[in-house]
Amino acid sequence: MSEPLLSIKGVSAFYGSIAALKGIDVEVMPGEIVTIIGANGAGKSTLMMTICGNPQAREGSITFEDRDITHLPTHEIMRMKIAQSPEGRRIFPRMTVFENLQMGAATAQGGSFEEDLAKVFKLFPILEQRRSQRGGTLSGGEQQMLAIGRALMSRPRLLLLDEPSLGLAPLVVRQIFSAIRDLNQREKLTIFLVEQNAFHALKLAHRGYVMVNGRIAMQGTGKELLEKPEVRSAYLEGGR
Amino acid sequence: MSASSAAKPSVVTHALKDALIAGIVAFGLFVLLLGFLADDTLGKLRPLPRPVLLAAAVGIVFVGRFLVSLLYYNAAALRLLLGELFVSILALAKRFRFALLAAMVALAIAWVLYSPGDWPLATMIVVAILFAVWLGLTPALLALAVLFPIAFYSNPYYLGIAIIILTYVMLGWGLNIVVGLAGLLDLGYVAFYAVGAYSYAIIAQAYGWSFWVCLPLAGLFAAFFGVLLGFPVLRLRGDYLAIVTLAFGEIVRIVLLNWVSLTNGPNGIGSIPRASFFGVPFTADDDGFAARFGFEFDPTHRTVFLFYLILALALITNWVTIRLRKLPVGRAWEALREDEIAVRSLGINPTNTKLTAFAIGAMFGGFAGAFFATRQGFISPDSFTFPESALILAIVVLGGMGSQIGVAIAAIVMTASFELFREFEQFRLVIFGFAMVGIMIWRPRGLISSREPSVYLKERKTISAEHVAEGHG
Ligand SMILES: Nc1ncnc2c1ncn2[C@@H]1O[C@H](COP(=O)(O)OP(=O)(O)OP(=O)(O)O)[C@@H](O)[C@H]1O
Ligand SMILES: [Mg+2]
Repeated sequence: MSEPLLSIKGVSAFYGSIAALKGIDVEVMPGEIVTIIGANGAGKSTLMMTICGNPQAREGSITFEDRDITHLPTHEIMRMKIAQSPEGRRIFPRMTVFENLQMGAATAQGGSFEEDLAKVFKLFPILEQRRSQRGGTLSGGEQQMLAIGRALMSRPRLLLLDEPSLGLAPLVVRQIFSAIRDLNQREKLTIFLVEQNAFHALKLAHRGYVMVNGRIAMQGTGKELLEKPEVRSAYLEGGR
Repeated sequence: MSASSAAKPSVVTHALKDALIAGIVAFGLFVLLLGFLADDTLGKLRPLPRPVLLAAAVGIVFVGRFLVSLLYYNAAALRLLLGELFVSILALAKRFRFALLAAMVALAIAWVLYSPGDWPLATMIVVAILFAVWLGLTPALLALAVLFPIAFYSNPYYLGIAIIILTYVMLGWGLNIVVGLAGLLDLGYVAFYAVGAYSYAIIAQAYGWSFWVCLPLAGLFAAFFGVLLGFPVLRLRGDYLAIVTLAFGEIVRIVLLNWVSLTNGPNGIGSIPRASFFGVPFTADDDGFAARFGFEFDPTHRTVFLFYLILALALITNWVTIRLRKLPVGRAWEALREDEIAVRSLGINPTNTKLTAFAIGAMFGGFAGAFFATRQGFISPDSFTFPESALILAIVVLGGMGSQIGVAIAAIVMTASFELFREFEQFRLVIFGFAMVGIMIWRPRGLISSREPSVYLKERKTISAEHVAEGHG
């Protein structure tokens, strides 16, 4: 088997003195879609932010492409081939769609901006129509697409997505998830997906982890997890 | 209030009735108060009737009440009427703009030829409006600025005010980088102005170097102080940042007051070398500007030179800001203002981004300070007090945080009205306060509140701030 692209070993993270992550072990292989599901407050977003160094892990280690990134500052981590679409999207509301995408390319190395832009527009054609519109005036779904597009502009190998389906209509959710699958299959992009929408996420992902109270409670392939009665009762029944 | 035309007569009668009642009440009030003067010139007290004064007072009340009543009850209709009038005049002017412009230019030339020296203010204003209609606001302001010294050559008072205005335009643009673009609230901007002025004065006096050598040095010093302020406040935001920058401004002023051996303390520094025309001084001697270039000596030459100097400095500030906005660093400033966490997660170092904003903003403050020193010839800590910072910040905020032309207009309006109300010294701050409250009510996001995108694709399209603020999530 090949080396993992991202490996998280025994990571604990704290907000003040409160532990949000308690010894997390997660591995992401190149080319995989890995999803983290769990209840509100389980620590999913915290895990994603800890990979990005905010907050930094107090125990354990995080390696990306064989480099220890545990104690690097956020902006240095994000200069490697990692990009994220954070919780709440955090696009720049007063800047246009185009400017938002330019910001995404701020640290891109190699390749051409135009090509990357064309790729993003091909993935989300609506963004091309809205390229001169302010980010803040986009609809929720468009903002999510912009957040993903902005992350893609830095030409990542690993894309971290935090709840891309939050607050979106089923049709738009399907559109976003099919875009994620596209990226994974065509561009061989590795994806780390944090989701509430367990059904969709597990169907899409190669492997998944279930997080409870800052710990990994279960793991397995997407299919395995979908069939587990504990998962079904806790995250799926009535919740699709 | 609805503004149906059928309601108009009743509105007018109503207002008339209202005004009549007010007039009667006023008459009753004033008839004894103003109507008669107790006169005792002949040793005998007798009432002296003053019908004109009484009539005037009652008349003012009557007309005033009539207008208020009319405006109050039918504000919408009135606004509509005035608005339409304005719009149709503008449309007419636009339609015949070439003819109008040609006529104006002819008139202006004739004026200059037949009464050389002075264009009256009114001509200037008409020309300004025409330019604005013809070319748009920005080129019009620019054209006016360039023509100004020619038009007002024989009026040093106006030239002086224009120089002060331009200094504030430049300071506003400089602070706009920090506050408007990077979103870092700075209440101590005057500190950099002071550092620039003092470093210019001290260096120029100590080494006798020319203005053109000392100017960049002053800017560098100010930029250094910008970084110095930047470091401790990197983690602060909003209110906390404002307090620390306020303190920084005061610290600089107090150091200037007390470091007597370097700054001469409260007595200030005098006889600062004047700016020369690229090495040629503005003196009456044989190697002075006038003699060298074959003019008759006139102290106004220096003033005009200073005018163009500060105009150039301000335009450089503007040009650099516009350029920077299109470069990654400027875009990072704006992104930083919007969302620091997102900026960091895009791999941008927020520390460096903030420090460059502080440094570049401070540098332009320093340039302005050096200019101030060379224009005044004398500086003291009194020129760099907190109200100065507040004024510059007010210019940026009123101008619409980040809008270059908005800041320029705000600087012109604020500084000019300060000059205008100079006679009402005590009331200046009151008027200032009222103006601020008014703007907060009518234009809560500043005069020009839409942000221009730094890149255009096909057509220019600005979206007003009301639509922009919504939908952060
Ligand atoms: N900045 C913070 N300061 C203090 N506590 C925090 C902070 N951010 C998150 N927490 C706490 O850490 C825990 C994990 O939060 P986290 O945001 O990671 O949950 P989540 O799994 O992403 O939940 P959700 O699905 O609702 O987004 C929660 O108890 C939360 O209250
Ligand atoms: Mg979350």
